[in-house]
Amino acid sequence: MAAQAWIIAALPLLAFLIIAAGARRSPLLSAWLTILAIGAAALVSLIVFGQVTGGTRVEQSYTWLPLGTGQPFLVGFQVDSLTATMLVVVSSVSLLVQIYSLGYMAGDPGFARYFAFMALFTFSMLGLVLANNLLALYIFWELVGLCSYLLIGHWHERPSAAAAAKKAFIVTRFGDFGFLAGILFLYWHANTLQISELAQKVAAGQIPESALTVGMLLIFCGAAGKSAQFPLHAWLPDAMEGPTPVSALIHAATMVAAGVYLMARTFPLLEHAPVAMGVVASIGGFTAIFAATMGLVSTDIKRVLAYSTMSQLGYMMMAIGLGAMAAGMFHLVNHAFFKAMLFLCAGSVIHLVDTNEMPEMGGLGKERPLTFLAMTVGALSLAGIVPLSGFWSKDEILGAAVGSPILFGAALLTVFLTAAYMFRVIYLTFAGPHRGQVHDHGEPTSMALPLVVLLVPTVASGLIGIPALGSPIAAFLEPGGAPAAFNPVVAAISLLVALAGIGTATVLYSGGKMDRSHALQTSLAPIHTLLVNRYYVDHVYNWIAGGVVLGIAWMADNFDKYVIDGMVNGVGELAVGTGGWLRRAQTGQVQAYAWTLLIGVVALAALALLPLGLR
Amino acid sequence: MPIYPIALQHGLILGAALFSLGLAGALIKRNAIAILMAIELMLNGVNVTFVSFAQHMPGAPGQPPELTGQVFAIFVITVAAAEAAVGLAIVLASYRLRHTVQIDASSSLRG
Repeated sequence: MAAQAWIIAALPLLAFLIIAAGARRSPLLSAWLTILAIGAAALVSLIVFGQVTGGTRVEQSYTWLPLGTGQPFLVGFQVDSLTATMLVVVSSVSLLVQIYSLGYMAGDPGFARYFAFMALFTFSMLGLVLANNLLALYIFWELVGLCSYLLIGHWHERPSAAAAAKKAFIVTRFGDFGFLAGILFLYWHANTLQISELAQKVAAGQIPESALTVGMLLIFCGAAGKSAQFPLHAWLPDAMEGPTPVSALIHAATMVAAGVYLMARTFPLLEHAPVAMGVVASIGGFTAIFAATMGLVSTDIKRVLAYSTMSQLGYMMMAIGLGAMAAGMFHLVNHAFFKAMLFLCAGSVIHLVDTNEMPEMGGLGKERPLTFLAMTVGALSLAGIVPLSGFWSKDEILGAAVGSPILFGAALLTVFLTAAYMFRVIYLTFAGPHRGQVHDHGEPTSMALPLVVLLVPTVASGLIGIPALGSPIAAFLEPGGAPAAFNPVVAAISLLVALAGIGTATVLYSGGKMDRSHALQTSLAPIHTLLVNRYYVDHVYNWIAGGVVLGIAWMADNFDKYVIDGMVNGVGELAVGTGGWLRRAQTGQVQAYAWTLLIGVVALAALALLPLGLR
Repeated sequence: MPIYPIALQHGLILGAALFSLGLAGALIKRNAIAILMAIELMLNGVNVTFVSFAQHMPGAPGQPPELTGQVFAIFVITVAAAEAAVGLAIVLASYRLRHTVQIDASSSLRG
């Protein structure tokens, strides 16, 4: 089956094509086509995963574009441990999100379109994971970006959603530009785009380290854009304008993790460029703490989760930058499951109260006990409480960071902040009395089922990385690598810090009350303002786009209008003016012409004769 | 009373005087018919010049005298007759249009 792994990506594409060709007239048929196709893809993924654990590895390439005498451009797919892991994560989360969407999107006028784009996205994401070649990967990379744009703007009649879609597309494009430049740069130096060949050449030392550093930094630009790392993070909070299942699938579990996956996929190259690794680790660590602080003050439940996603992606980047690729991927897998579940919980809450604003929620635990349970477990897992999945992966990352005090400190502080903002969400949403309107039109089974299913990996997916069991995932992803040793001191410290975070949230928000936190906000007003305004990064971008860029454009426009056009129009006006002045010579009087003629003849005669001398 | 031979200068002076009178008339008069007459005067001034030169141009040895100037004058007279006919027709058409033969009334080519 692994040799036909392309089927996994082809199935959702087929669903998309059928829906686009005409099935879209029946919304329910479109939805079930998508679910069926992705379900089948998930099944095949599991089979392939089973085969890969048994030692199967496949790589197939096809000539796409013959290039004269040079190496042709190839496209192809590969199945190895990294791909197999991602295939299972992407297809299973996608399947559950599609089922959830059946209930969440019910009655939406764009129901069929929504599922068509979801199928297209799943195809692109699976293709991205399967690609064995940087060029093919880049094509799928852009396709997921397009789907993200289309789905953020699903409710495009809302100006804020249309603007958010545009922002997501444009900001990630800045990163993608770097990615493309990096691909070209590596091709220039290595004359191949096959990732395995690149890895061989790097291992053989055929590519100078300086070139590798530049190439990997450029590729990291793309990863930073997709994974919303500082300074290309600004689009992710706004992307929450899209439907909540879209946020769960694209902006929590899969597409934003593509940046981390890319760094893991190119890890054999990255590990030979220590400078680039340092940059990846620093940006990851900085984003982790930077995003977490903004999550502390946001009142929009989905935005808090978006900041949390940015922060956790920063964690994964930091792990990869520190050389702990398996730990980063381990966290990616765990995060995909519990963050997708947290988003689906948020969707369930939003479905109940028709608002994203937490100050208008409160006391929803009574209406939605299952959501309450799922979200609490998810939050505990995210905070890193033993024995939930988040604990094991977070601990491994912290263990990898021990050697670098600054990053370790940042990571530990992030643990505290993560626990604090997640329990702030829990208290504000579920505890205390209702603060706003509740429109309980019941929760469809299609929305409850995915929560129950996702609870299983949230609790248990840590098993694949427990050091006492020999860290199966590390052995799977990096065979022969030294498995991360369990560090009880680090584990104890991180657990205490997380509990302190939960304790702080409890002190401030227990019973769903907001008065104590308001008092704290007032006493720390400048910091609060800074955080609410997201460190003014968006202001700076707006200033650059609106002030500097538009200013230059204004100058160029005026130069064109007054200098360039002025010259062209000036020549024309000169001719018109001169003509207007000269036409007065044309009196229409025959005798005037005759006079002119006479004077002319006399003058010519004088000119001809005078040099001869008058005799 | 001695008879003086007519020298070349006499003919040329007469021709130049006729031409100048005609030119002055053509430039100064406003009546289209008077202008036509003045132009005839200019043509005849030229004719006189032609004939004078022809009279004083010896032929090649053993050849009949040079007649080119004379023939030219006859051609000019013929063409002048045609010109007078066309000119008068134009004046007539212009008169029908404008009810005047004053030349400054015809100025529709003014820029």
